[in-house]
Amino acid sequence: MNVNDALEIVSQTNPGMVRSHNEDSVTFDVAHGLVVLADGMGGYNAGEVASGIAVSVLASEVRHRLEQIGPEQKDEESGDDVGVAVLRDNVKKANLSIFNAAQSQPQYAGMGTTIVTGLFYDNRVAVAHVGDSRMYRLRGEVFETVTRDHSLLQEQIDSGIISKELAKLSKNKNLVTRAVGIEADVVPEVHLYDVEVGDIYLFCSDGLNDMVEDEDIGATLQMLQGNLPLAATQLIEQANDNGGRDNVSVILVKVKNSYATPRGLWAKLKSWFKN
Amino acid sequence: MTAKLILSMDGVVIKDYPLTKERTTIGRKPHNDIAIDNLAVSSEHAAVITILNDSFFEDLGSTNGSVVNGAPTQKHFLQNNDVIEIGKYKLKYLNDQPTQTSSADFEKTMVLRAPVKQSKPEDGFNQTQSNAGAVAPKHESTTQFNATAPKVDVAPAPVAPAPAAAPTGQTAVAIIQILNGPNLGRELELSKNLTTLGKPGVQVAVLARRPHGYFITHVEGTSFPLVNGTSVGEQPHQLNDHDIIELAGVKMEFYLKT
Repeated sequence: MNVNDALEIVSQTNPGMVRSHNEDSVTFDVAHGLVVLADGMGGYNAGEVASGIAVSVLASEVRHRLEQIGPEQKDEESGDDVGVAVLRDNVKKANLSIFNAAQSQPQYAGMGTTIVTGLFYDNRVAVAHVGDSRMYRLRGEVFETVTRDHSLLQEQIDSGIISKELAKLSKNKNLVTRAVGIEADVVPEVHLYDVEVGDIYLFCSDGLNDMVEDEDIGATLQMLQGNLPLAATQLIEQANDNGGRDNVSVILVKVKNSYATPRGLWAKLKSWFKN
Repeated sequence: MTAKLILSMDGVVIKDYPLTKERTTIGRKPHNDIAIDNLAVSSEHAAVITILNDSFFEDLGSTNGSVVNGAPTQKHFLQNNDVIEIGKYKLKYLNDQPTQTSSADFEKTMVLRAPVKQSKPEDGFNQTQSNAGAVAPKHESTTQFNATAPKVDVAPAPVAPAPAAAPTGQTAVAIIQILNGPNLGRELELSKNLTTLGKPGVQVAVLARRPHGYFITHVEGTSFPLVNGTSVGEQPHQLNDHDIIELAGVKMEFYLKT
């Protein structure tokens, strides 16, 4: 089964109710099972520039690589799947592009972006992220965060300084500990997860999860899974109805069918002889 | 706008202590940042750890203990106006930093710089603190931050448009009453932000509660819901009091109960 036929993907981005312009960038490519979402930061329009570079580097480079080699193959250098390596390598590549642009152009000094990107292949999804843009998963009744923010608050939660409940009272929100383009190198966090038919994946910028409680996001997806574009619209509406203090972007991916990669001629022959 | 502790006894203010250090100690010995020369106070009684705009109180195993807001406390995440009691002394915590949930300007995401190559520190607490470096404001701001100061200076924030009051605050509660079929007369209160109606796979619509009213939107199915006999199409349609909705053969009335 082709990824193309197995996935339904929709995306939406909105400047919110307060900001004059949108520093988020999103893109997806159904044919390659790729989604990319970046939330830029920096003065003037540098935020848009940073997130725009990140998204275009990822989209074009990942596509380019996957036209040469399948994502389920092994990457010789790292030993990981090509699908994992291609995300990691290109987040680093985007990092360097943004960093170099920031170094050479004074108006872009200090710009950077968070990123979350997913590659769906062979009934799995590889997810790379840097900063506080997130991926959530709805599987059956269970809605949960899959990525863990690279933020001061998350570190405090992890080290037990502050509980998840108390973290809502913190005055230190929006402090990320990793970002793309700020330094010459970045370490993206990359993981590989199995997917199941019926799963819905939500990629979003913090403009959504800062404004809408996880519980409400989950309930919305649960109720509107039959109409993905409407679910995306409703999520953005809820963020804006609650104040919309930041740009808000969402990408929704629904797994409609299995998309296991056929395992070569030998595998096919073997299974044929078994029967 | 640094957070501070105000030391008082019997309602008389003794001194203000701005929380400018990462660790502010409280105790009887003079080397403490807040030295209280009283026998009920242990030599090193307690400490307040401040991380940017948040402060945490911790009793250091004192003989007579500490009380925060009337309850004996070991550790506590301080909130504006909390009162710490040590013996007969009171320390009031003031932090009128606008909380980010009420300030648009402060909503900017900043980067706390940490060396990329470094392995994850055991003690995230000190690590993030000591490495808190240059930060990049996320939104059109040209403010330059001091590269070594972990403190983020923020200009008085413009007042964000107050989040519109949810209709829950109003006296009216929206109700859907079924007008035909086996569930005739049954009522459904629209208590959540979203409520779906209909039969999955056949026809489903969603009712969204928004600050300026209730909206019905088609979700799935080949036909669209009817409101007062007219198809609403694919777009959200605002509901008025006593509108009649028809969906998957079921007729219902939308009304507001006061």
